[in-house]
Amino acid sequence: MNASSIIFIFVSLLAGPILPGLINKTKALFGGRQGPRVLQLYYDIFKLARKTPTYSETASALTRIAPVVIALSSITALTLVPSFFNDSVIHFTGDIILMAYLLGLGRFFMVTAALDRGSAFEGMGASREVLYSALAEPSFFAGLLIMIYETNSLELSEIFSKLSLNFWQENPAILFLILCSWFVILLVENARIPIDDPNTHLELTMIHEVMILDYSAKDLALIEYASALKLWIYSALIVGMLINGEIITNMALQIAIFTLGMAIVAFVIGTIESITARIKLVFIPKFIVGSGALAIIALILKVAGN
Amino acid sequence: MSYLTLKNAVPAPIKEVPTQEYETFKATIKELLEQECRLSSLFAAPIELDKRIFAVMTNDKNSEIYVFATKHNQTFESLTPEIPQAHWFEREIAETHNIKITNHPWLKPIRFQPKLGEKNFPTAGDTDYFKVNGEEIHEVGVGPIHAGVIEPGHFRFQCYGEKVLHLEIELGYQHRGIERVLPQILHQKRIKMIETASGDTTIGHTTAYALNIEGLANAPISTNDALVRSIALELERMANHTGDLGAMAGDIGFMPTSSYCGRIRGDILNTTGMICGNRFGRGLVKPASSGYRIDAELNKKILDKLDLIEADVKSAIDLIWQTPSVNARFDDTGSVSRENAVAIGLVGPAARAAGVAIDIRMTHPFDAFKELEPIVPVGKKGDVGMRAQVRWHELQNSFKLVRDMLAKLNDNEAQSEIDRNICDKLAPDMISVALTEGWRGEICHTTITDSAGKIKIYKIVDPSFHNWFGLALALRDQEISDFPLCNKSFNLSYCGHDL
Repeated sequence: MNASSIIFIFVSLLAGPILPGLINKTKALFGGRQGPRVLQLYYDIFKLARKTPTYSETASALTRIAPVVIALSSITALTLVPSFFNDSVIHFTGDIILMAYLLGLGRFFMVTAALDRGSAFEGMGASREVLYSALAEPSFFAGLLIMIYETNSLELSEIFSKLSLNFWQENPAILFLILCSWFVILLVENARIPIDDPNTHLELTMIHEVMILDYSAKDLALIEYASALKLWIYSALIVGMLINGEIITNMALQIAIFTLGMAIVAFVIGTIESITARIKLVFIPKFIVGSGALAIIALILKVAGN
Repeated sequence: MSYLTLKNAVPAPIKEVPTQEYETFKATIKELLEQECRLSSLFAAPIELDKRIFAVMTNDKNSEIYVFATKHNQTFESLTPEIPQAHWFEREIAETHNIKITNHPWLKPIRFQPKLGEKNFPTAGDTDYFKVNGEEIHEVGVGPIHAGVIEPGHFRFQCYGEKVLHLEIELGYQHRGIERVLPQILHQKRIKMIETASGDTTIGHTTAYALNIEGLANAPISTNDALVRSIALELERMANHTGDLGAMAGDIGFMPTSSYCGRIRGDILNTTGMICGNRFGRGLVKPASSGYRIDAELNKKILDKLDLIEADVKSAIDLIWQTPSVNARFDDTGSVSRENAVAIGLVGPAARAAGVAIDIRMTHPFDAFKELEPIVPVGKKGDVGMRAQVRWHELQNSFKLVRDMLAKLNDNEAQSEIDRNICDKLAPDMISVALTEGWRGEICHTTITDSAGKIKIYKIVDPSFHNWFGLALALRDQEISDFPLCNKSFNLSYCGHDL
């Protein structure tokens, strides 16, 4: 644990809500609109944080506890992810698995709290969320397995620092396949188009949004913040996997490249949202499993290559 | 089999309407249905006036309209088991006139209006609902408050997982009692009320009213006046089709189209505004003449504006057909088979998408359509994709129609007179049926006058009245998440149904 890691964690915690702002700005650009400010989510979170929540009559204590658990699990997961090409604050063998299941813990609370209210809508959202994330898990780990195999390490910071540019240059197919499959996971886990539409007001089609319909004020602020961090985590994983920061010695340059990488991820998400329609719900499992197949093919290529 | 044969908006004496025994009445409807006629309206006269139930059937092959009646004596055996098109009408009759309908498969209120002679409104939505039993069946109730805060309606889904086994639509939250008060109020006020029968179909409904009154008062309108209101009717169609195609794109998160269509819809509404000062065409259509005309200068302005709008519409909506992800989403979603469409009497773009080639502008021409025939696009699958395509083709055809109509305007024609007292000149004891093609489909207004030449009965059938059940059928065995998209592809009127 070094000082710069700790600083970068705070930077990440602060900068998280920028990404959705960048995505929305990109979408506005495509739509010929000015769009909301890049910092809009900060305003929203502060506005919500000042308000007193209301609860459904059928809600138990679980509904009240869940937002805190969701936010804390995202924050804790963030401390395990290397950002700005620096080792993560806490790192140890197997930290990647803890990270994945910390996010899983957050999801567990999100889903059970959604069921807690007994609303038909939220129940549907919960069932969709669980199905899709269960399908997304294997492809996430299949991609990870390749990197573990290559670097011989189970520690995320070490994996990222050991992944050299050479490996990707020699195996562009593997890079392409993992990138595609992890990007799909990013879209699934963060409820973006073509899986889910964060802007829709139609409860029947929602996945993530419908589970938080009953949340308001402070609780909603926590959940919105946790969602932004989750997007940050997945984006950071993709940037960290692609670029080996160890070879960049200048810290200022590291920061600049990492920031640019994150912005590009947001821009790509925004572009996808601007030019494609949502997939029919019945096809989403196929889409996710398809991304898993890509990761498995990459894994086979890697194993066969050795 | 006997019936009174009418032409669109040409009145005939009410005493010529044959009153038949129930069995003959039923047989006549069935026989006409077999000849591919449609039940456009089925209504009971208010009991204190006349103890009869009237059927209005349209023949799309020879532009004829058939009217006949039967006595009811406060009970009436349901036609619905054999004639599904009567389903909604019979529920309406039972509720409005307190007539006991026996043997109806699903008799419940559709508008939650007060019982005859009472003043207290029952609570809307408070009724029995269809239930599916089973351990893994779940029920989802949506509304009455709409997520997009448009109009209220309650939708109840019986689902097995994501699959919808049955959707029941319960409306009535917007009931205002228009049909009850229409005969009692003055002409000027009546027009205002008909304009808002379904707010987005102002021209469609007011044209039907104007056609009836003109026929009954024997006051044919000038060519220019007919052209102006037909232009407005097409502009209304264009505005709504554009807005809805954009909204459908919005529902599936397809930004390129949805970002622009709202604005373009506004441009089209503004064009209507240029003619009469109101974007929705309020005040534009009145029997005989409303006084609004399109002179050479305005004609040029509208033509210029149409060019701009057409280019915008093309670039925004063509993207729908060019994007595979959109087509994948639209195709095979919410299909209504041709068989079902005919059986339940679907009208408008929804019927055409299912392969039923009906368009009042073509089959029972009125106003400018007597000379200008529209292209009537007909689909096959009756799914969301087809409904979108049918609407897109109609939209494109409307540009041509409006241009043709603008070219036909004659600047030298004398300005026609506004006749405020036209309703004092109605022929007594007559019946008149006016059909127009609003953007949702067939609008049917039936007017019956009394011996003093006052309107005695005014019956409105909005296309939504036929089509809501079509939406319920479209959802069968579909995924519940497809409901908003299906709903938007029909985009039916709540207040036009509730009246």
